[in-house]
Amino acid sequence: MSVAEFLDMGGYALYVWGSFGVSALLMILEPIMLRNHRRAVLQRIARIIRIKAGEKV
Amino acid sequence: MFSAFRTLMGRDLLLAMRRRSDLFTTLFFFVIVVSLFPLGIGPEMNTLRLIAPGVFWVAALLASMLALERLFAVDYEDGALEQMLLAPQPLFVLVLAKVTAHWLVTGLPLVLMAPLLGLQYDLSSEALGVMVLSLLLGTPALSLIGAIGAALTLGLRGGGVLVSLLVLPLYIPVLIFGSGAVEATASGLGGQGHISMLGAILVLSLLLAPLAASAALRISVE
Amino acid sequence: MPPVAKFNEVTGTKPYLYYQTPGTAGLHYPMNSRLINWFKFSSPATFYPLAGRLVPIFAVLALALIGVGLYMSFFVAPTDYKQGEGYRIIFVHVPAAWMSMFIYLIMAFWAALGLVFNTRLSGMMTRALAPTGAIFAFLALWTGAFWGKPMWGTWWVWDARLTSELILLFLYLGYLALQGAIDDTRRADRAGALLVLVGVVNIPIIYYSVQWWNTLHQGATISMDNGSKMGVTMLWTMLIMALGFWAYTIAVALARVRSIILEREADTTWVSELAEVRL
Repeated sequence: MSVAEFLDMGGYALYVWGSFGVSALLMILEPIMLRNHRRAVLQRIARIIRIKAGEKV
Repeated sequence: MFSAFRTLMGRDLLLAMRRRSDLFTTLFFFVIVVSLFPLGIGPEMNTLRLIAPGVFWVAALLASMLALERLFAVDYEDGALEQMLLAPQPLFVLVLAKVTAHWLVTGLPLVLMAPLLGLQYDLSSEALGVMVLSLLLGTPALSLIGAIGAALTLGLRGGGVLVSLLVLPLYIPVLIFGSGAVEATASGLGGQGHISMLGAILVLSLLLAPLAASAALRISVE
Repeated sequence: MPPVAKFNEVTGTKPYLYYQTPGTAGLHYPMNSRLINWFKFSSPATFYPLAGRLVPIFAVLALALIGVGLYMSFFVAPTDYKQGEGYRIIFVHVPAAWMSMFIYLIMAFWAALGLVFNTRLSGMMTRALAPTGAIFAFLALWTGAFWGKPMWGTWWVWDARLTSELILLFLYLGYLALQGAIDDTRRADRAGALLVLVGVVNIPIIYYSVQWWNTLHQGATISMDNGSKMGVTMLWTMLIMALGFWAYTIAVALARVRSIILEREADTTWVSELAEVRL
């Protein structure tokens, strides 16, 4: 089976790759967004701590 | 317990009668929505007869949802709701009283108006009868289920839109059986099965919805 | 200073008193609770590092299982004699649909737990699961449409299963909208829990009514596995993909719950003592 044949999916290329592609996209995007969110939260907390430390001094 | 139910219901009805404009807005909304469909679809009577059950039921759904926002909001703002939460009577009885009064003011007029509007859609007298019966069983269930959503969104910004998101998916069974009853009757299949399902839904929501709504009220007010 | 308790975070076998851990002084715990061993996991301060250990494990598991599942979907499972290569869509469609339903049930479990025992972690877990559940519900619909177009000739059919899935997506969106509208976290948790429970009571009724409606209207009652007998390889592929989606869900939900814990406990000492905060 050649690559082109595989990609063609027996004429169902749009449907098969449309399904798997969008699923893969969302399941990759979600963890990335989670990581970005976590970074933002950590930064915010670190900033709060720094401000508090500054107040004490 | 019964006297508490009656007192609270009487009070809510009295309040509604003092502000009659509120009473009519829901009804007019229903009338206008139902009358708009022929303008959007065309005056072909065969088509209208076909879509009438769905149109009436969706309009009833939207109308009863519009009225939900005011179910607890007024009492919440003037503090009466907090007194009800502290009252010795079980909360679900009070919720049931409020919902009953609310349905009498906003739901019952729709039921009574429906056959008149049904004439616009050239429905047979038999189908009209089933329509009234299905609305009579279905709209109280809508008010009861809606009370949960109204209680959950109490005092939130954008509560009106939010309540529709929460409540409309839960309305679907009532919509299906309500419009199904009218449709089955109109097409000669007989709508008894649908009507008994609607009755079952009403009984179930009478038992469960006031409990859920009281729990929601406690969560929202505390 | 009490001894800093150490315990096996994966199995949690070694008993220890969580209120002796540093930094939990600001939180209120039932000091005399006999259920301490169980409830220690419901304390965000102890759950946070535990979840941190579990996330990579489940992430690796998810990658491996989905990798194997994908390989099997494309290279091992034979071409269907009736639906050709197009049927391979079910290897992602069916697991996604399963997950969307399971996740709602798990949310209901956490919601009930939260309302009964009043643990803060349950509300956070419910909230952490919801976006993933909504994504899977959307994927089930999306892939269902891409399956329906070549098989039924239209993108959308008011089939009982697709319609129920759509309603499930609405339920997820309603929950997320409610969570977004409430600022007070305690109220958000409890209101969300109640909504999920109301939804879970309604789901059988909705499903039943949609099926009734569907058969009455003589709509498309074609099932996904119509015509072709489900082969053993197909079933295995679907199961492995489903397990992979499970692992993915657990990893993502735990990662999200960690962020939620950090956001809510930002003022506590234990958060400020975390290594990742002191950058």
